[in-house]
Amino acid sequence: MSTEEPLVKIRGLRFSRGERVIFDGVDLDIPRGKVTAIMGPSGTGKTTLLKLIGGQLRPDAGTIEVDGRNVHRLGNRDLYTLRKRMGMLFQSGALLTDLSVFDNVAYPLREHTALPKSMIRKLVLIKLEAVGLRGASGLMPSELSGGMARRVALARAIALDPMMILYDEPFTGQDPISMGILVKLIRELNDASRLTSVLVSHDVHETASISDFIHVISEGRVVESGTSTEITGSRKAWVQQFMGGRPDGPVPFHYPGADLADELMGDARC
Amino acid sequence: MLDQLALLGRIGLGAIAGLGRAHLLMFGLLRGLGDLWPRPLLLVHQIHSVGVLSILIITVSGLFVGMVLGLQGHYVLSKFGATQTLGVMVAASLVRELGPVVTALLFAGRAGSALTAEIGLMKATEQLSGLEMMAVDPVKRVLTPRFLAGFIAMPLLASMFSAIGVIGGYFVGVGLLGVDAGAYWSQMQANIDLHEDVYNGVIKSLVFGFVCTWIALFQGYDCMPTSEGVSRATTRTVVHSALAVLGLDFILTALMFGN
Repeated sequence: MSTEEPLVKIRGLRFSRGERVIFDGVDLDIPRGKVTAIMGPSGTGKTTLLKLIGGQLRPDAGTIEVDGRNVHRLGNRDLYTLRKRMGMLFQSGALLTDLSVFDNVAYPLREHTALPKSMIRKLVLIKLEAVGLRGASGLMPSELSGGMARRVALARAIALDPMMILYDEPFTGQDPISMGILVKLIRELNDASRLTSVLVSHDVHETASISDFIHVISEGRVVESGTSTEITGSRKAWVQQFMGGRPDGPVPFHYPGADLADELMGDARC
Repeated sequence: MLDQLALLGRIGLGAIAGLGRAHLLMFGLLRGLGDLWPRPLLLVHQIHSVGVLSILIITVSGLFVGMVLGLQGHYVLSKFGATQTLGVMVAASLVRELGPVVTALLFAGRAGSALTAEIGLMKATEQLSGLEMMAVDPVKRVLTPRFLAGFIAMPLLASMFSAIGVIGGYFVGVGLLGVDAGAYWSQMQANIDLHEDVYNGVIKSLVFGFVCTWIALFQGYDCMPTSEGVSRATTRTVVHSALAVLGLDFILTALMFGN
């Protein structure tokens, strides 16, 4: 990793929902200008981690620093100022359903800048061109496919030229062509705009193909961190099972329960 | 026994926490009012959605309620030979009570449930989270215009309800039952007081507008972000609004007219 100060620095993060502990002492760095993936099985709190980085949730303990500022110590105004420099791509796209594609992408520009209409129009068309949907600017979100909606949301996320984009499960439910487009877009946008990308996913191959670094989390902790090659070649049994998509291993195929013979013979013994 | 006590405690604490969240939202809504000045179009759109689109149900209901009042009022007043005061009875019932109360109940069913469903679905589809991450406060930008629109629309809708109701009473009383038209209007003019009757009715509808819109927005904003959660929140909006309107109506009537 580079010696430059990381853009996001997470130390001793603890977070729980009710009785359920989601993160139990997570330490994690996200370097500047790279694509960093956070991987792990469903329900490990990957989306929660993005919401914690974005300041939408508060941790029970620990700190999250973005660009040197402790997100959860910031007042509302400072937090919103910081968020203007972050984009987030939600799993559903989260487009405003009563606005057209053009107006959705123009929304952050109209809210946060005093640019004239003609300039906003040009910027929106440039952003839509970048995701290949300039021709769809007049459509409503209900007329878009899932992949198109995510690309529009991506255009909206980069509208204000942020320093970092958080991607929440960008490949889930995508057909191979949409998936290929998204993979290409995430990598190219990161390199062309000198962004920092944080990618949360459990699509192993696509994520590994574009990530510079990968953190694998399970049961509230980071179990392995490294480059894509290091993670793919990891000797840890759990990481091997996850990256190889094996049905049985340290994460058992069978949900814990009583012994099969005991259960089958249960009626006879009654 | 101890379990039941613990359950009771949990329910009580849950209700108090909910009330706390509702009041926090109310402060957020009131704080957001200042931000509406540079964006009047947001308010205009919501007044159209909450108010103008409710006009049909309000006027049709007002007409029928006025007609029923004309019939029932004539039946009772004829026993005392006082059918000439039918206009007063119809107008007083509408302006003081039925106008604000029935309008609020209809508003909760038509506009309130729609507000809850809209906000709840925006939450379920992460649109509100999306706004937050775009550094846009959803309470200020999405909820406050709807809140002010409800507050403005309710007294206007209640006034329409009462006005149409008076005309409905006129159709039945004068048109069908033979009450003198001059007596219908002049008795009403002489006996309905602007302060005592009309202003108090408007105050009631302002209070109902505030409460119904607040409940609808809170239920949407606080709901579980699932289809079942939105469905439950919509039901709660109608039930809580109806109970709040009827309870507040009693308190306001006691304060205004109880000596």
